[in-house]
Amino acid sequence: MNAPLRPAVAPLIAAENLTIRMDGQEVLTGVSLAIQRAEIVTILGPNGSGKSTLLRALLGILRPASGTVTQRPGLVIGYVPQKLAVDRTLPMTVRRFLSLPVRVTNTDAAAALIRVGMPDVAQRQMADLSGGQFQRILLARALLARPDILILDEPTQGLDQPGEAAFYRLIEEVRRETGVAVLMVSHDLHVVMAASDRVICLNGHVCCEGTPRVVSNAPEYRALFGLGTQGALALYQHVHDHSHDHGHGHGHGHDHSHHDQHDQHDQHDHNGRDHNVHDHGPHHHKDHHHA
Amino acid sequence: MLDNFLIRAALAGVGLAFATGPLGSFVVWRRMAYFGDATAHAAILGVALALATDLPVVAGTLTVALAMAVTVSTLAARGWAMDTTLGVLAHSALALGLVAVSFVPGARTDLSAWLFGDILAVSRGDLVFIWGGAALVLALLVWRWQALLTATLNEDLAHASGLNPARERLVLTLALAVVVAVAIKVVGALLIAAMLIIPAAAARGLARTPEGMAIMASLIGAAATLGGLQLSLWQDTPAGPSIITAAALIFALSASLGRMQRG
Repeated sequence: MNAPLRPAVAPLIAAENLTIRMDGQEVLTGVSLAIQRAEIVTILGPNGSGKSTLLRALLGILRPASGTVTQRPGLVIGYVPQKLAVDRTLPMTVRRFLSLPVRVTNTDAAAALIRVGMPDVAQRQMADLSGGQFQRILLARALLARPDILILDEPTQGLDQPGEAAFYRLIEEVRRETGVAVLMVSHDLHVVMAASDRVICLNGHVCCEGTPRVVSNAPEYRALFGLGTQGALALYQHVHDHSHDHGHGHGHGHDHSHHDQHDQHDQHDHNGRDHNVHDHGPHHHKDHHHA
Repeated sequence: MLDNFLIRAALAGVGLAFATGPLGSFVVWRRMAYFGDATAHAAILGVALALATDLPVVAGTLTVALAMAVTVSTLAARGWAMDTTLGVLAHSALALGLVAVSFVPGARTDLSAWLFGDILAVSRGDLVFIWGGAALVLALLVWRWQALLTATLNEDLAHASGLNPARERLVLTLALAVVVAVAIKVVGALLIAAMLIIPAAAARGLARTPEGMAIMASLIGAAATLGGLQLSLWQDTPAGPSIITAAALIFALSASLGRMQRG
């Protein structure tokens, strides 16, 4: 639908007018999206808005009632599931886990652990890791497949705010180094928005889409999260302000990544993708999705 | 050497343990204990059908165990309440099998052999069948090992890696049916699930990786076989239950050892 605005390069993964029914209920209606190389896209929505369903449909696990999901041929996906409970009855060292489902060399495994900042845990049991460590190991495993795209389902669930910020910073670094695209799902607002190039607001259908700045201004977004006129915009700008505020006592890495992020937003402004938003007013919104 | 019934019995149990170690580990990891029970109990029905139709018993147990295993995994995939469903299926299959056997003339007398096994009566032919079946199951598991482990951890994760979790479930279902058909002679329909679960549970505390646990479970199963046969010889106890008793003792030992290690 926004075809003229999209780059000519075939997207890594795309959904076209996707509708998913589960138990007779329409969970997703007419969802279209496309993920390009090296971009970080976050799907934001309240609980029950169909975020995980959308990811599972993109992965090919769920069959759409109508519409299509297209993966670029030969696409390698690195998936980080929302919940991965390693049963206490299953002994599993971190090193062994990294070799699932494809065995990797010790050198590659060690490099992946260093990449996620956990060089010393190879012989630890998965079940003994803390929440944040566990997520990093999941990410390391996903990276070992040398993916074209990382798909993360609520990757920071159960982490505290510094842990969350550190995890998103890691995602950004990895993207910068490898050019991997990132598609993640979240229900939290400002931390994740600061780390994204593009945000898709989901509530059974795509409510609004664009750069974090545009989305946080969209009335649909505010309605969805029950925010007043200030709400997320204030939150977002608050975060964003920090990137210019180097002397404010925040960690260097923190400032640095935000600053980078800011540069990218500017690029988007120039090439017009910033305005790849379906609509701003509720009036258009209706036309658009039920036509 | 094979002329000695005790040696044949020991070889039968050890052969079986090669398959039950890794398969039993999956039964434990995937919480399929009741699934194993339902499949094993259905084998009694297979025995009855085989005896009634003059087919080899193996064909009967394999067919019915397979039918039961496929039924159960189909119901599981449809999201039935598995605890209740498996309870109903496991016990119904056993009861129905016992009723069916009572209609077969002469079968009533050696019913306990099918329920509790008759490892001391294992023939050379049985031995070939047991080792063949165990080798088949082991080969199947080794072949699918990485995919099975990934799907056991998380089915979506397996799917995203291009694997098909449903196919891996089917592999385990098939393996389970073959093991049931093979094991009924050794420990009997009632204790097959025990032979799967107890050695694997005992191996858990002693292993750091899935492979370590599977190998350890096989070793414990083999040790339990030899210990159980020894006990049976000394005290004239039934061999099948003696093997499971030995396995249970090893489990208790391993569990208390693990507790001491953890402090």
